[in-house]
Amino acid sequence: MSADASAHAETPAGVGQGTITPSGWRSTKLPDVKLLMWVFLASDCMFFGSLIGTYLAYHDRSLTGPFPADVFDIPLTTVSSFVLLMSSLLMVLALHALRSDDIPKFRLWTLGVAAFGTIFLGFQVFEFVHFVNAGLSIHQNLFGTTFFILTGTHGIHVSVGVLWLLAILISSYKKPTSSKDAVYLEIAGLYWHFVDIVWIVIFTVVYLVEFV
Amino acid sequence: MESTSQAVEPAHSKLFMRPTWTTGFGSWLTTVDHKKIGILYMLSSFTFMGAASVEAFIMRLQLMRPGQQLVSPDVFNQLFTMHGVTMVFLAIMPLGIGFANYFVPLMIGARDLAFPRLNAFGYWVYALGGLMIYSSFFLGGAPDVGWVAYAPLTSLSNNPGFGVDFYVFGLFLSGVGTTVTAMNLIVTIVNMRAPGMTFMRMPVFPWLMLITSFMIIFAFPPLTIAFLELIVDRTFGSLFFVPAAGALPILWQHLFWIFGHPEVYIIIMPAFGMISEMIPTFSRKPLFGYPVMILASILIAFMGFAVWTHHMFTTGLGPVVNTAFSLTSFIIGIPTGVKIFNWLGTLWGGSIRFTVPLLYSLAFIVTFTLGGITGIMVAMPTFDAQVHDTYFVVAHFHYVMGGGALLTFLGALYYWFPKMTGRLLDERVGKIAWGFIVVGFHTIFFPQHIAGMMGMPRRIQTYPDGIGLEIWNFASSFGTFIMGVGMILVLGSVIYGLRRGPRAGNDPWDARTLEWATTSPPPYYNFKTQPVVNSLDAFWAWKHPESLNVDPIDPATAGKKYDAHGIHIPGQSWYPLLASAALIVGSYGLIYDNWILAIVSGFAFIFCIFGWAFEGVGGHHAQPELEGEAV
Repeated sequence: MSADASAHAETPAGVGQGTITPSGWRSTKLPDVKLLMWVFLASDCMFFGSLIGTYLAYHDRSLTGPFPADVFDIPLTTVSSFVLLMSSLLMVLALHALRSDDIPKFRLWTLGVAAFGTIFLGFQVFEFVHFVNAGLSIHQNLFGTTFFILTGTHGIHVSVGVLWLLAILISSYKKPTSSKDAVYLEIAGLYWHFVDIVWIVIFTVVYLVEFV
Repeated sequence: MESTSQAVEPAHSKLFMRPTWTTGFGSWLTTVDHKKIGILYMLSSFTFMGAASVEAFIMRLQLMRPGQQLVSPDVFNQLFTMHGVTMVFLAIMPLGIGFANYFVPLMIGARDLAFPRLNAFGYWVYALGGLMIYSSFFLGGAPDVGWVAYAPLTSLSNNPGFGVDFYVFGLFLSGVGTTVTAMNLIVTIVNMRAPGMTFMRMPVFPWLMLITSFMIIFAFPPLTIAFLELIVDRTFGSLFFVPAAGALPILWQHLFWIFGHPEVYIIIMPAFGMISEMIPTFSRKPLFGYPVMILASILIAFMGFAVWTHHMFTTGLGPVVNTAFSLTSFIIGIPTGVKIFNWLGTLWGGSIRFTVPLLYSLAFIVTFTLGGITGIMVAMPTFDAQVHDTYFVVAHFHYVMGGGALLTFLGALYYWFPKMTGRLLDERVGKIAWGFIVVGFHTIFFPQHIAGMMGMPRRIQTYPDGIGLEIWNFASSFGTFIMGVGMILVLGSVIYGLRRGPRAGNDPWDARTLEWATTSPPPYYNFKTQPVVNSLDAFWAWKHPESLNVDPIDPATAGKKYDAHGIHIPGQSWYPLLASAALIVGSYGLIYDNWILAIVSGFAFIFCIFGWAFEGVGGHHAQPELEGEAV
């Protein structure tokens, strides 16, 4: 648990569960920032849900090529998906290290998450360039329109995550960092895992189902 | 990284001096106080409402007599579009959020929202987004596609002007503002209830704002995606809504109404909450069936996401779809009807005081029920096919939104004005204004039912003589004068009340909830000591220990031990305003294809986010004892 929840845990009699924090009384033991992240992720589900819904509504409606089966390279995207999934593992290790006050390992694993995220983005850029060379663009057909906006939005989410993790990493050199700050890494981790899960859905629905 | 335990830092920042004004213009620009932001929301929404009312007035003048040419069809299109956009997105919904901003923390015994700077950002991005849409009037014409902006009417080839761009960018940004504020309210209500205030001891208004906020965070993303797709279509040439490329324009209608129907409840739910505070106060009785009221609201929130297709009965989705959504639309009427009986049951046998807020509540019950009945009528696909896109539908949704939300908000203004300003509004003028507004409202909108049944389509600039529409349109237009007199009386009353109104004291209505336990207006730290509750209506139980079967707790003194760390007051900040401004300037860049401006603004936005994050919460600890403030 985070600093403000554990360091000042106190449950006065008769008024139910709660915590006295430096910012005042809190009626649950959840830190505000963590609650905010969960609420944001709930909202983001509808965000990606609408984009994936658009992709599915326009599936097989393109009038001209290239069509999905012409351009998708499943082995390549499998590798990039694997890299992204492994970054989630590193995220878990980074959080564990920070909670154990193992700052060098926390820095190593956090850098690893950001690096794997960047590798995934590199694959995506490579794929986009390849598709554009094959004649696919947002102007070309509905597949291009829906594919680029869906995966591009996901890519922007990954980029935000990489920037966020790098900011956490850099600030750990500027300010003393300890397990009391773990909640800030934890919410970045929640975001990161969510973005990974969205990619699993996209990889399945957009890429794999095409070849069923 | 910062830690919450280190959150209280000296007020300094490397790039901008941390502002500390407590009065004056700068204090409003940099404020993070929920009460000031609430007042900003209310002022902005009432201003936008004034603009929308002027637009409506011009339209009614144009339609007063057949065959008039007061405004051209093109201007008329802009007027009804901007009237709808303004009322829904910039006036009524933010007004509910403004009241929530001011009163939810007070009613749950908190000292601010959970994220004060995020709250300021939500306000600024809404207000600047709204101004941006209005700037289109001076930059080549306002949007003219109706507030629903159906594709493919909005495509670049069908609508080459900038109006639609302003519509889509402005509402995209103000939607972002609404969403982050809803997230903020959820965290606040879940995490900052006073010690002892379990969910089922929470007043109804915060409860319904919690439910409304959940509806907002789930309903706005589909709209945001629809806007994103339209922006990409218009700015970068993609094909989301281009039928020639095989696209389905009905996709827009689905995405819009998946948002749009919950939006109706997002607008009305805060009003339900206010009614549920005002009627018990002025009946001097606890709300009848409090748990049922909460459950009915949760049911409405769930069902609200399962009825959107009833806006699309005439698009040819087939009998199965129409039947299913007709059924769900009937079902959602049940919990709504339950609430009407909650309020009637509260009034029944109460010691009723006919104050202005109660009069508005009664007008709400009658008007909203009438709107609900026409709602059940248009929920029948066969009937809807007859009246779709006629003035019958216009009358229906004005009865629920205007008669439902707007009348309630006016009542809430009278109810809470003493708390916000410390002064009472004049009851006699208030009652006269109420009479003008209610009579005017029904004179405007009741005849529209009949005009609609006779087949008068909505969104037309004029109509010919001799087809029986003259009397109904004349009556409707005449009503605007009556309602206008009432609104001007309210405005005058508010201006007079601000300066000369009699002092209100802490609790002028002998009310039930915690906001009345502190001074009027409340100090910037809200409560001198953390309030503690042990029942629903604990403040009432403290004042009238004989009336409720609980041990009274003095809300003003019981909570000393919860202030062990002092009263933390978060620091003011420039970043929310600057970040919003960067988004707005960037949108102008994208609209006018000025890529340099757009990219520079994008970087400015990222800079603001980092500045915001590393600036930290900041602030100081308030010490009411030293300031000699009596609570």
